[in-house]
Amino acid sequence: MARIDDDKSDIEKTQEERKRMEKQLAALTSVTFDTDLYGGTDKNSYVSSIPVNEDEENMEAMGNEAARMPSYTAPKSITKEMPRGGDEEEDLGFKKTQRIYDREDEYRRRRLNQVLSPDRHDAFAAGEKTPDPSVRTYSDIMREEALKREKEDTLRLIAKKKKEEEEAAKAAPEKGDKAAAAVPQKRRNRWDQSQDEGGAKKAKTSDWDLPDSAPGKWDATPTPGRVADSTPSLGRRNRWDETPTPGRLVDSDATPSGGATPGATPAGMAWDATPKLPGMATPTPKRQRSRWDETPATMGSATPMAGATPAAAYTPGVTPVGGVELATPTPGAINLRGAITPEQYNLLRWEKDIEDRNRPLTDEELDAMFPQEGYKVLDPPASYVPIRTPARKLLATPTPMGTPGYSIPEENRGQQFDVPKELPGGLPFMKPEDYQYFGALLNEDEEEELSPDEQKERKIMKLLLKVKNGTPQQRKTALRQLTDKAREFGAGPLFNRILPLLMQPTLEDQERHLLVKVIDRVLYKLDELVRPYVHKILVVIEPLLIDEDYYARVEGREIISNLSKAAGLATMIAAMRPDIDNIDEYVRNTTARAFSVVASALGIPALLPFLKAVCQSKKSWQARHTGIKIVQQIAILIGCAVLPHLRSLVEIIENGLSDENQKVRTITALSLAALAEASAPYGIESFDSVLKPLWKGIRSHRGKVLAAFLKAIGFIIPLMDAMYASYYTKEVMVILIREFQSPDEEMKKIVLKVVKQCVSTEGVEPEYIRSDILPEFFRNFWVRRMALDRRNYRQLVETTVEIANKVGVADIVGRIVEDLKDESEPYRRMVMETIEKVVVNLGASDIDARLEELLIDGILYAFQEQTSDDANVMLNGFGAVVNSLGQRVKPYLPQICGTIKWRLNNKSAKVRQQAADLISRIAVVMKQCQEEQLMGHLGVVLYEYLGEEYPEVLGSILGALKAIVNVIGMTKMTPPIKDLLPRLTPILKNRHEKVQENCIDLVGRIADRGAEFVPAREWMRICFELLEMLKAHKKGIRRATVNTFGYIAKAIGPQDVLATLLNNLKVQERQNRVCTTVAIAIVAETCSPFTVLPALMNEYRVPELNVQNGVLKSLSFLFEYIGEMGKDYIYAVTPLLEDALMDRDLVHRQTAASAVKHMALGVAGLGCEDALVHLLNYVWPNIFETSPHVINAVMEAIEGMRVALGAAVVLNYCLQGLFHPARKVREVYWKIYNSLYIGAQDALVASYPLLEDEDHNVYTRPELMMFV
Amino acid sequence: MQASDRFNINSQLEHLQAKYVGTGHADLNRYEWAVNIQRDSYASYVGHYPILAYFALAENESIGRERYNFMQKMLLPCGPPPEREDD
Repeated sequence: MARIDDDKSDIEKTQEERKRMEKQLAALTSVTFDTDLYGGTDKNSYVSSIPVNEDEENMEAMGNEAARMPSYTAPKSITKEMPRGGDEEEDLGFKKTQRIYDREDEYRRRRLNQVLSPDRHDAFAAGEKTPDPSVRTYSDIMREEALKREKEDTLRLIAKKKKEEEEAAKAAPEKGDKAAAAVPQKRRNRWDQSQDEGGAKKAKTSDWDLPDSAPGKWDATPTPGRVADSTPSLGRRNRWDETPTPGRLVDSDATPSGGATPGATPAGMAWDATPKLPGMATPTPKRQRSRWDETPATMGSATPMAGATPAAAYTPGVTPVGGVELATPTPGAINLRGAITPEQYNLLRWEKDIEDRNRPLTDEELDAMFPQEGYKVLDPPASYVPIRTPARKLLATPTPMGTPGYSIPEENRGQQFDVPKELPGGLPFMKPEDYQYFGALLNEDEEEELSPDEQKERKIMKLLLKVKNGTPQQRKTALRQLTDKAREFGAGPLFNRILPLLMQPTLEDQERHLLVKVIDRVLYKLDELVRPYVHKILVVIEPLLIDEDYYARVEGREIISNLSKAAGLATMIAAMRPDIDNIDEYVRNTTARAFSVVASALGIPALLPFLKAVCQSKKSWQARHTGIKIVQQIAILIGCAVLPHLRSLVEIIENGLSDENQKVRTITALSLAALAEASAPYGIESFDSVLKPLWKGIRSHRGKVLAAFLKAIGFIIPLMDAMYASYYTKEVMVILIREFQSPDEEMKKIVLKVVKQCVSTEGVEPEYIRSDILPEFFRNFWVRRMALDRRNYRQLVETTVEIANKVGVADIVGRIVEDLKDESEPYRRMVMETIEKVVVNLGASDIDARLEELLIDGILYAFQEQTSDDANVMLNGFGAVVNSLGQRVKPYLPQICGTIKWRLNNKSAKVRQQAADLISRIAVVMKQCQEEQLMGHLGVVLYEYLGEEYPEVLGSILGALKAIVNVIGMTKMTPPIKDLLPRLTPILKNRHEKVQENCIDLVGRIADRGAEFVPAREWMRICFELLEMLKAHKKGIRRATVNTFGYIAKAIGPQDVLATLLNNLKVQERQNRVCTTVAIAIVAETCSPFTVLPALMNEYRVPELNVQNGVLKSLSFLFEYIGEMGKDYIYAVTPLLEDALMDRDLVHRQTAASAVKHMALGVAGLGCEDALVHLLNYVWPNIFETSPHVINAVMEAIEGMRVALGAAVVLNYCLQGLFHPARKVREVYWKIYNSLYIGAQDALVASYPLLEDEDHNVYTRPELMMFV
Repeated sequence: MQASDRFNINSQLEHLQAKYVGTGHADLNRYEWAVNIQRDSYASYVGHYPILAYFALAENESIGRERYNFMQKMLLPCGPPPEREDD
């Protein structure tokens, strides 16, 4: 037993001894640490290991809540870098199509239904002559339109009758079956819905903003397309009407030879020339039309043989219909411009193969296949016309080469099957879909044989192809040629080539931009010659006005404005008038927009009589609708510039409020809203006449019309005087409160908006709002559902904030504060955002103690419960509330800090980040509450988390530390600066932007305020790290870095820092060197130039371009920063600059010139003229440099000299070359003279040379000789 | 303008210069330049009241008359333009 005890004690002894040994060892090793740098910290306070089962621990701590927290997420930087899956993976390396068509919605695609109408008669050019019957005059077109309308009316009537009959028939056998009658109705609704969804997808194109963009909803008229489906006979009739007859060619072609062709009788023209089917509103008839309407003549350009006759080469009706069928990107549409990947290659070959197999069989092949007897060859029916629509042509592989039948595929990667052959004459690459337009360029048959007209066409085609597909250089020259020769080519040939290209369904944004540019340039040159083509141009340009791309819209406006200036108002009206009551809503919509552009280009007064006539049109409601819409668009387009014409515009449309057509009433109200919005806050007198109908209207209307009327009222009320506003608000409020309950989303938005507008007007009393509006408002709108839709959400927050501005913080916050603990997170977020905005606007002084308690409780709850990624709302809300409460937060601070500390230790990175961010928001308030001890504690906690691995979180932690340091100062900071900074040094290596930025800010702040707490050696270490930071992409980081260099240099003296920086001039990277030179200049500025200049100038002796240039650049920055302090150093650096200005290297001279500029500007008027003249003598010979940067620097140096030496001195330098025999010399000298003249015109008067009189001319200035 | 100038800041500079009436160019002749100089001078005399007063004193005219004279002289300050020989 004793032995065992002995053993035990032995063991214990040895164990103790080992422990002692270890302690000694540890002590020994600890001596080797640089205690200066690393000592003094309590290492035990670090978390020395990462728990293995972190998840479990956290689960215990957090209970059920943990499940709601988002799991680990990769840092944003990584997710951003990773290729986003989805579409890219699907199309397997194919370049994403950039076709305009692909991003358009159904409605916008309707542009492709438009037809490039034939040229029109130009009444101005013709003068007094009666127009030739073969040209289309205004009356022809109007007649056509009327016919079309009539036809549609008839069709509608027929359809109606059919339906009635059908219903009657159904009702008879199945009595009482109401469902049958509802079926067609229902079907239409469904169709409408689908249309609507297309429109609603884009937030911009809500059917309320463009009230009739969704055709189904607003076009109550049954469209004949549907009818055509049910009544095949009708469809057939249409087809026969539209059979392509030769007459079309005739009336489209202006050449008199065409007149000889049969079918050119003027009577037949109206029929022939209507290439549109009535009822194009539905997609159904389109398909039929594409078959019959497209005359083979379209192929003129595709098949060069047909193009032989000039008459047939041009077809007016090149309607690229059928683009609809192209919705799926076919392999044919692959962009062949890039290198072909193996997948593309295989796909192409496969596609080609399929095409070949499916090609029509030739007679020979049929002969070989079928037995000789028993079969008979039948003639095709006389009416047969081969299907040749552009859409099909697009689908077809458009190569001119054919391939024989099956061939054993062999792997020959070098062979490019479907890549077309090189084009002759250095033409750019042609895409498959270009063949139909540019195919003629491919056959290089003898140019001499072509007629002059054909040659011209060819030239135009070549230039256009170069513009469309060429390299930038080709494009530029082609564009210039097109512009220069525009009048020579003539308007007809040019537009006949350009416009069909713009109708191409496969057009890409870039191509469209280029072609539109061509039109713009050509327009400018052609001027009045464009008149016959105005409508055609409009057809292709108008769709740009409703494009979703802002720049496309601007471009469209520019073209139309130029067009109207070139063609004149009369022509524009004549061209667009027929479209105003077009049956297609799309056409009317775009026409209205185009008209507004015309109005802004030519002035509203010019258009007023026309608008008046249109808005009072008796013939069709469409015309009135469009006319009123034009007014709306004018208001939207030109904004407050409507004011001078406001009264007349309102008068023009006011009748629309009582129109019999509902849609006209709606658009009138919307137009009034637009006018009021544009003219706010002026112009209420102009609206006097509409007030009554509007206010009466809201009592009698329901639904959409009511919404539009309310919108108008909402915009008019803010224009009123306080008294009237209050009265009218009360009037409308009854209706508004009734509509609070409306289930319609759009109505909700408008009601919210109107409430906002009403309460923000002066005359509305808070008491009234409190008693009459608030209860209903909160009951109906502050519900969870409102938080789900983003637009509702925003509108509700805005309106509530506006109400709060009237009734005060306490009322609003008191009502919603409980909802901060609601169970729906989006709703909580909405509440938080509202509270934040209200409190920021109005402060928290209204909030009493009880509410304050509730509020803090609520925000703490909401902050802790948040799970979504968008954390900023909660953070901002928290920050705003705490900051506005100020010292009143003191009692809650321990609780808040407890939460923060606990959340800093959370598993989820997001939560930690939010906690750290919150510290930086509330640091200032904590200081106000004298909670310095608490802050110190938080500082230590944050310090311990500097080992954070998520860069986003680390950045936030650094930011929080920075906020604390800023507030409590360097001396009181815990952990002490001398401990904090060494921990930051390694973090400077982190490449994450957020970390870098926050870290450098913190380090810079310490270097600025508390440099003495840290040993010099540590600062040097940091200097080296900082050099790396100069590479950062973000400018803010680089700027903070160079500033930090300045602080450090100030703290530890410039010598060591400067040595580091000068060494860094040798690196290769340009940006790095540039930043280094800036840093040197800053060091020089902070530590006085004399401490830096000797070393810097010495460095110039290093025979290395980069170093010398760096020195020069530093000098340039240096003199820029030190300004007039430079006068003491100018003589010192002059020899160096002399040398640099004589150097062979351009950059030397350039940089030296800019140094001279800064120097001259700094010492102007300080008596350094001798040195400056000396330097100017060195600068002057460089004026003939051609390199742009050098010449710029030299010119600026001369400008600097003008300031420092006076204009007279520089003029004397100038005079020698102004009339030099060599033009090149004169040019340069005059350039210098001009900038001298602009800079100092008056000063030159005294120093102009004396010119002698000549026989007739007096050149002397005797006045200057006067002497008293 | 050189080809390199077309794309850089200099082109804007030239444009700016072209906007000022008194600026010149390589093909400016003696007469045109002199006209600019004369007009600038008169504008300057009129614009600086002390100078105007000085001239008035020297010529024994009223300041207003002197100003009027200078303004009048700005019209064809150097007389009629010389006929161009080579056009």
